[in-house]
Amino acid sequence: MQAKRRVVVTGLGVASPIGLGVEAFWDALLRKRCGLRRIEAFDPSGFSTQIGGELPPFQLGDHIPKTYRKSAKVMSRDIRIAVVCAYYAVKDAGLNTRCLVQRGEAEQTNLDSPRFGANIGAGLVCTDLGELTAALSTAAQDDGTFSLRLWGTEGMSNLAPLWLLKSLPNMLACHVTIVHDAQGPSNTITCGEASSHLAVGEAYRTIARGDADVCICGGAESKMNPLALSRPQLLGRLNTQDNETPERSCRPFAQDRRGMIAAEGGGLAILESLDHARARRARIYAELIGFGASSNTQGWADPCPRGLDVALALRNALNDAGITADQIDLAAPFGAATQDHDASELAGWNDVLGGRLDDIPALTTRGATGNNGAGSGAIDFAATVLALHRSTVPPSLNTAPADPVSRFRFVQDDPVDARIDRAISFGMALSGGQRAALVLRRFEE
Amino acid sequence: MERRVVITGIGWVTPLGHEIESVWRRILAGESGVAPTTLFDASTFPTRFSAEVKNFALADFLGDDAARHKRASRNTQFALAAASMAWKSARLADCMALDSTRVGVYLGGGEGPADFIPSVTAAIAGCRGPDGKMTSLDFVRWTKTALEVFDATSEMEQEPNLAGGHLAVQFNAQGPNLNTLTACAASTQAIGEAMHVIRYGDADVILSGGTHSMIHPLGITGFSRLTTLSTRNDACQTASRPFDRTRDGFVLGEGAGVLIVEELEHARWRGAPILAEIVGYGSTADAFRITDVHENGRGATASMRAALAGAELTPAHIDYISAHGTGTQENDAVETLAIRNVFGDRAKDIPVSSVKSMIGHLIAAAGAVELITCILAIRDGMAPPTINYNTADPKCDLDYVPNQSRRMTINAVLSNSFGFGGQNTTLVLRRAE
Repeated sequence: MQAKRRVVVTGLGVASPIGLGVEAFWDALLRKRCGLRRIEAFDPSGFSTQIGGELPPFQLGDHIPKTYRKSAKVMSRDIRIAVVCAYYAVKDAGLNTRCLVQRGEAEQTNLDSPRFGANIGAGLVCTDLGELTAALSTAAQDDGTFSLRLWGTEGMSNLAPLWLLKSLPNMLACHVTIVHDAQGPSNTITCGEASSHLAVGEAYRTIARGDADVCICGGAESKMNPLALSRPQLLGRLNTQDNETPERSCRPFAQDRRGMIAAEGGGLAILESLDHARARRARIYAELIGFGASSNTQGWADPCPRGLDVALALRNALNDAGITADQIDLAAPFGAATQDHDASELAGWNDVLGGRLDDIPALTTRGATGNNGAGSGAIDFAATVLALHRSTVPPSLNTAPADPVSRFRFVQDDPVDARIDRAISFGMALSGGQRAALVLRRFEE
Repeated sequence: MERRVVITGIGWVTPLGHEIESVWRRILAGESGVAPTTLFDASTFPTRFSAEVKNFALADFLGDDAARHKRASRNTQFALAAASMAWKSARLADCMALDSTRVGVYLGGGEGPADFIPSVTAAIAGCRGPDGKMTSLDFVRWTKTALEVFDATSEMEQEPNLAGGHLAVQFNAQGPNLNTLTACAASTQAIGEAMHVIRYGDADVILSGGTHSMIHPLGITGFSRLTTLSTRNDACQTASRPFDRTRDGFVLGEGAGVLIVEELEHARWRGAPILAEIVGYGSTADAFRITDVHENGRGATASMRAALAGAELTPAHIDYISAHGTGTQENDAVETLAIRNVFGDRAKDIPVSSVKSMIGHLIAAAGAVELITCILAIRDGMAPPTINYNTADPKCDLDYVPNQSRRMTINAVLSNSFGFGGQNTTLVLRRAE
């Protein structure tokens, strides 16, 4: 068996409600900006929660080759977010993919496409409600009832022929791999908010064992549409009481937390074998040294009150990294901001890191970015990588007053300078029970 | 030393039944599971038939435990049934010393069917003006009705990772839990990645495979709009005709296949039945077009080559190929070309069949169910047939085991699954030593 290859992070692409691209995102984190406000994508006044986290405006055409613009009509919002993140990520990594060559931003490619993989987490991609309802309403009878027979004969032809392809979760990866010519191992993890961590972890393994040299990995999702917003509202997971103060609405691990705020966003990281990164003299953000995953077995809808699953994922990641809890210098929890999920997470973290949490800083982006679905973990991962690389821990919004059980030491005001040798980032699916953690190390030869 | 990965249990829910041996006999006999669609009124749809799972009751598999899963989606219920069958066949219930933190789940699970009646109720309410006339969508009217008629649990149960969540609870699988949804490649992908999870050492036992049902109005609509379904309504049992020149699309099926994927020494330690060894896995992207596969079969070729290389086998070792073989003009021609690219002159000597000719296309679940047929093919020395094969196509010029199953020695098998958008996956299995 070949020795395990070292894997490093060489690029980050972020699309978050507080900023597009690494620098805008980082700057907003440092300045305590909140990306949550009244929803503009549609009229939300029928919902109890009318606030959310929408991305700043962007032009898709700025992130793809001109020849690919016609494909925009088959791209759902989730796909667009992934495509934007991919552009930022390869640019940030200095990878001259087919996209950059076709856009005239690079002379020739500097990577081998069959050795370039993709592992992009996705959610349950929502159909465009306007398109679907318009088609469905053509099969309504005079009394307003729906006729399946009318749908078969006339109604369905009102949907675009490629309608289905807009909402297949693997289309995020398909568009990204086409745009950037990534022909290597390709996967789409669909595990809710744990998707990004699982995708990054799997890509890490793929490179470590030698099946690819470079992987673009992470996740993206938009919950800023009525279908996606209806689900957490029905499940009672949304904070319905802070419509007037959106910047205070998402309060991870705070004593007075009242629920999640739905949002959109994503992140894609470039992982690369150390040898490959060295050969092209890439800037190295950090080294990935551990991955662990687990599942809740107490239920699929509600978190485990004792956080046994959270603890197991954290422990698995630490063991994989070959380090102990007291070697961790930064804790990056998920922070759903619901009572139950945060309680479960706190129990698990306290169990594994215990007193170490009293001595190290912690970081969660949730208060600023909301719940970005399958993209959540990738946004957190990017924040963790940047904090480690820049020896700076940004503030975590709305984390005070802290839950009495919490030992996390979130930065409240100005960013804190801190040398971080090792950091651990955690993600959890709110439904389904999947948990995952990643361990990063400051890069040293 | 590298950890070896074997299969120690199998279970499935298919359009030909829900028990391993009887379904296998029907497959070897070349029976079709295709019939007019009964799950909804498809009488005016362009395609009015499908390969449905019939007479399914979760309690037949889980007994009293079925009650806790009664709100689960059709997908999840299929997965639970297949998993309980696999768990029993692997004799895991007898293993008192099983470390549940080392038991994982890796599924290629599809999204659950949308709750159709509430969906159309909200749609019409959102589009119907006060005068009863249809207008463009009013989000506030839609929201008011949707929040009244949508059911929280059934909305949540549509999430594709929910089948994995139910399995984790039912089998106390505390280890890594993942779901992939790479369209029609998903369950082959899940099993291949599960192999790597075990090889690396992240788990010792994984419930892996896939589950999917798209036989619902919007599922059939989506495929009909793509014009990928056969419309041979007057002869539905012969509609699925992979590699035949007159093929006109695939037949949508539903079901689940779950396998117990296990580390070899772990399986030996507990005295488990060892059904086959997973030796190779390939995953590639065409990176070509959303709607068409690469015309030279570039990605499919690379996927098969990667699986063979991982298995440290050459094309000469492969005795049988379980094709993706959907029955669309494009897939079957390009898959044939890709097999030729990989196997060269030997391609015409290797039997290649598509059981989709009998059970239809199970989408995310297809690869897992097909891999189980490969295990049984090795065990019994029988290659399943491609039924409905009558007219040769010059673009499809391999030995497709037409219409009759074939007795032959099978020691190593290659199984393909390809998904929309250019996702290619391949597994290589070998007889357990």
